[in-house]
Amino acid sequence: MNWNQIFLMRQELFLTIVILLMLIADILVSDKKALNKIAIALFALQTVFGFFSVYEGSLFGGMYVTDSLTFAFKNILNIGVFLIVLQSASFLDKNLSEIKKVGEFYIILFSSLLGIYFMISAGHFLILYLGLELSILPISALAAYELYNRKSSEAAIKLILSAAISSGVFLFGITILYADAGSLYLKDMNGNLSLTYFSIMGMVFMFSGLAFKISLVPFHFWTADVYEGAPTAVSNYLSVISKAGAVFILVVLLFVSLRSMVDIWKYMIYGITVLTMFVGNFFALRQQNLKRFLAFSSIAQAGFITMALLSVDRLGVSSIIYFLAIYIFSNIGAFGVVEAVALKTGKENIDDYKGLYRTNPMVSLVLMLSLFSLAGIPPVAGFFGKFFLYTAAASKGYYALVFIAVVNVTISLYYYLIVVRAAFLRKSEKPIPYFKSDIYMKTSLFIVTIALLVMGLFSPFYEYIYDISNIVNF
Amino acid sequence: MNLNLMILIPLIPLAVFLLLGIFFRRIKEPVSGYIGVAGLTIVSLISFYIAISYFLDFGLVNGEYQKIIVFRSTWIHFTDNLKIEMGILLDPLSAVMLIVVPLISWMVHIYSLGYMKGEGGFTRFYAFLSLFTFSMLGLVLSVNIFQIYIFWELVGVSSYSLIGFYYKKKSAVLAAKKAFIVTRFADLGFLIGLLILSYFAGTFDFLTLTNLDFIQTLNGQAVTFMGLSVITWALILIFMGGAGKSAMFPLHIWLPDAMEGPTPVSALIHAATMVVAGVFLVARLFPMFYFIEDGIALEVVAYVGAFTTLFAAVIALTQYDIKRVLAFSTMSQIGYMMLALGVSGYGEHEGLGYMASMFHLFTHAMFKALLFLGAGAIIHAVHSNFMQDMGGLRKHLPVTHITFLVAALAISGIPPFAGFFSKDEILAAAFEHNKLIWFTGFIVAGMTAFYMFRLYFRIFWWNDPEYKHKPHEAPKTMTVPLMILAFMAAFSGFIPFSDFVSTDYSPFHTHIEWGLAGASVGIGVLGILLAVLFYKKENDLSDRFARAFGIFYKWTFNKFYIDELYFFITKKIIFKNISAPFAWFDRHIVDGTMNGIGNSTVWISEKIKGLQSGRVQDYAMYFVSGATVISMILWFLLNN
Repeated sequence: MNWNQIFLMRQELFLTIVILLMLIADILVSDKKALNKIAIALFALQTVFGFFSVYEGSLFGGMYVTDSLTFAFKNILNIGVFLIVLQSASFLDKNLSEIKKVGEFYIILFSSLLGIYFMISAGHFLILYLGLELSILPISALAAYELYNRKSSEAAIKLILSAAISSGVFLFGITILYADAGSLYLKDMNGNLSLTYFSIMGMVFMFSGLAFKISLVPFHFWTADVYEGAPTAVSNYLSVISKAGAVFILVVLLFVSLRSMVDIWKYMIYGITVLTMFVGNFFALRQQNLKRFLAFSSIAQAGFITMALLSVDRLGVSSIIYFLAIYIFSNIGAFGVVEAVALKTGKENIDDYKGLYRTNPMVSLVLMLSLFSLAGIPPVAGFFGKFFLYTAAASKGYYALVFIAVVNVTISLYYYLIVVRAAFLRKSEKPIPYFKSDIYMKTSLFIVTIALLVMGLFSPFYEYIYDISNIVNF
Repeated sequence: MNLNLMILIPLIPLAVFLLLGIFFRRIKEPVSGYIGVAGLTIVSLISFYIAISYFLDFGLVNGEYQKIIVFRSTWIHFTDNLKIEMGILLDPLSAVMLIVVPLISWMVHIYSLGYMKGEGGFTRFYAFLSLFTFSMLGLVLSVNIFQIYIFWELVGVSSYSLIGFYYKKKSAVLAAKKAFIVTRFADLGFLIGLLILSYFAGTFDFLTLTNLDFIQTLNGQAVTFMGLSVITWALILIFMGGAGKSAMFPLHIWLPDAMEGPTPVSALIHAATMVVAGVFLVARLFPMFYFIEDGIALEVVAYVGAFTTLFAAVIALTQYDIKRVLAFSTMSQIGYMMLALGVSGYGEHEGLGYMASMFHLFTHAMFKALLFLGAGAIIHAVHSNFMQDMGGLRKHLPVTHITFLVAALAISGIPPFAGFFSKDEILAAAFEHNKLIWFTGFIVAGMTAFYMFRLYFRIFWWNDPEYKHKPHEAPKTMTVPLMILAFMAAFSGFIPFSDFVSTDYSPFHTHIEWGLAGASVGIGVLGILLAVLFYKKENDLSDRFARAFGIFYKWTFNKFYIDELYFFITKKIIFKNISAPFAWFDRHIVDGTMNGIGNSTVWISEKIKGLQSGRVQDYAMYFVSGATVISMILWFLLNN
């Protein structure tokens, strides 16, 4: 490996070093609070390091590929993970007495991120599969992190079993496609596929493996149970980072590898989009537990994302990446507030939030901004994200679908506003008392707030994404 | 010369607004004022430097002023053909505004340190003032018509918040609402107009829209609607937006009420800057107005302007609230600018009206801001808006008295003050093109002199009433801006404006038409003499006069009952006959449908709850069967 190759892979390599350093620190440092700080510092370095100059190229005979878009996307993920690390530090600090191994949490978390990195940069189905596994297995362990909490264990079991099934089906799908196309390279598959029932089944099976991670209907059932039981930071990670990584590689697969089957899979995407939006929204309507509520809301959001897949062009790619970048902040903000409140009071239900604005105005404002962004209300960033998704779908004439999406936005607005109303307008005999979050939580919520307010209006960001969204030569 | 500096011109006020707006509880009086003044000082210095060096140094290349796009970036990218850009355009028009807007805003910022002292909401006041300055600068620097529209609405919002600044006073709240609704209604026309225009022209960009060849191609391919080209309709609709902001008849009704805002706000927004936005807009699109279908739209501009100038001047004759007199006077003067644009031609000397309009915009900003700030100092001293409560103030307020006199002379068109030069050019241009419009302007010149000196004598001479609190001169922070503006009002007429602004961007020479100028000075002096006769000493001449005119006086005093007419149309006709049935339909049918959908949504949600059983084996089954069923459906679709 020469220097050039090292630079190509530098994000993966550096993250590996971070993981190793965390391992060493876990052995050497006995102070748990110090471990939190080390993890934050190391990951901050990783985040900053990601912004150095971009190299494009491939390694290992095309098994690993990287370009401006993957670099940018990894940076977006880094920022998201950094915010989650901050929130995790807050969570771990609070539960120091019950938690034995603080360092482990970060090692496992970073390992999963490493898996997502490889998944994004995969040029070959083998790497893709390995990355997928590496990303989900550690996170199942993390779901069980609250050993003292039975729900946490239940979540972990459900996640690992569902993941096992999904990865089995995924692998089966790859096998079928290989049998048909005769190659495992992502780029080579296009054009070598026949349109038989055989290859369609392979395509659907492979798709369902990723749909599982994105929680598209009907592969979404694990989502709510896992999100509810797992530690909030882990749910947060699953709902944004893991989902975003899977969406990215799904875009590459559909637009590059399975491009010749576009006339088939567009029906599938169309149907699943409609189904996902409706199911996510209908279930979200009835939830009392905020983590379950956010789980279904994140399912519905996934439906909006897949809508833009139908455009099969540059606008589709850029609008999805842009939406994901904004969605990461919105969801991390919402989960962060839930975590902040739960850490101090243990309450997770919507009714408990009544009168929150009177006692904790700042936290309520962050909650409101995040939910508005998820709902897509201007001028918060989420509006612009959704707007471009609509544009992408409408540009190829899917007006009916855009209409359905707008209907769903209206439904979603209803339940997001239920939460906002509880916090701002409802009065309560016993509201959540005033609390002070620690510096980690405050920092992460502060960054989220700024991002939500600025990202939508700061146009060069979208322009940049549009410029680099050339994964295929359209 | 680094023009990138210009990006700071709108951004500094924005930063000040955000700072004061976010930390308005932490930053106390007078620190917020100092922050505002400091920001505006920097902005003004940069603007003056750039504007002056543009005119004297780098702007003129080969006898023509350059249109420089200093900066432009895409804000929203819909498709490659349709995108919204933000940027900064530097040309003579925006350079003139770069002197007017920051200068007046700067003066008002300083003045308000004294005027708003001890009033509640000091920081809020400065925050909104900065927001307004940001929006106005963004407006005048716009590179395309969509950007101008965005900032157009922003100045509307800041104007709304500042008119309603005393939000505990009911009349202020109502006035703010009225201003917002009336201008918003006009802006609807603007929006429709700009959409029509951009649809047919295929661009928002000013440089393209004002390109003469481009206009000719537009002329050639225009679709007609009711006998006129759609582009003409678009321009008339755009002018409707401009008429709303610039208080042209019949969309003027908000401006007098807007005087409920603090006086410095009236000086900045409702006299010198925002209300001339309509004039600016027409000037920006002037080649279109002139060349599309031989200037039919421009004729509309001319007649609306001419009518408004007369109409407002007549009303101003009878008002007692000094701020309202000034408000109607503002309307009348903006009417002047509009009619000047309306009678202008294109090309060197032909474009005299255009140049005169901009010239008058410039001088008017100076003396009208001065009049308002002077009125503010007077109100500050006697705690009343009504001239019946005033008199003999020249002894108590010496600085205000002198500066007010300078402004009154300037607006009356007495040489050598600024108003003389600009008004003379306007009348000269009107005389060449349309004698009727010239005659209107000529009569209004006399009326202007009369009502201004009525105001002046009534405030500063008349009698010496017993004041409860002895009036005292305003503090330095208020008098210094007055003096600076008085200097401008006195001498800015000597600026050779035609060297800088012209329709075709190349300088030309003008000379004073002594015959016409003599006539208009004559009628001005006549007006002043009448005012001396009526108001210098306390007497009942004016009351007898009013009685003699009876019904006509009453009509004028009540502003020709235009407000009442609006009330009749909106309340009695629109609300009752159109809105009420719609409201019924909305409440019973639309809401009923919506509630039905809402209930059924909840019902479905209840029914499908059982699917989420919590058992992993179920989930696995759904997973695998889901994948299989999808494959089968797709296979089925493929075979059909």
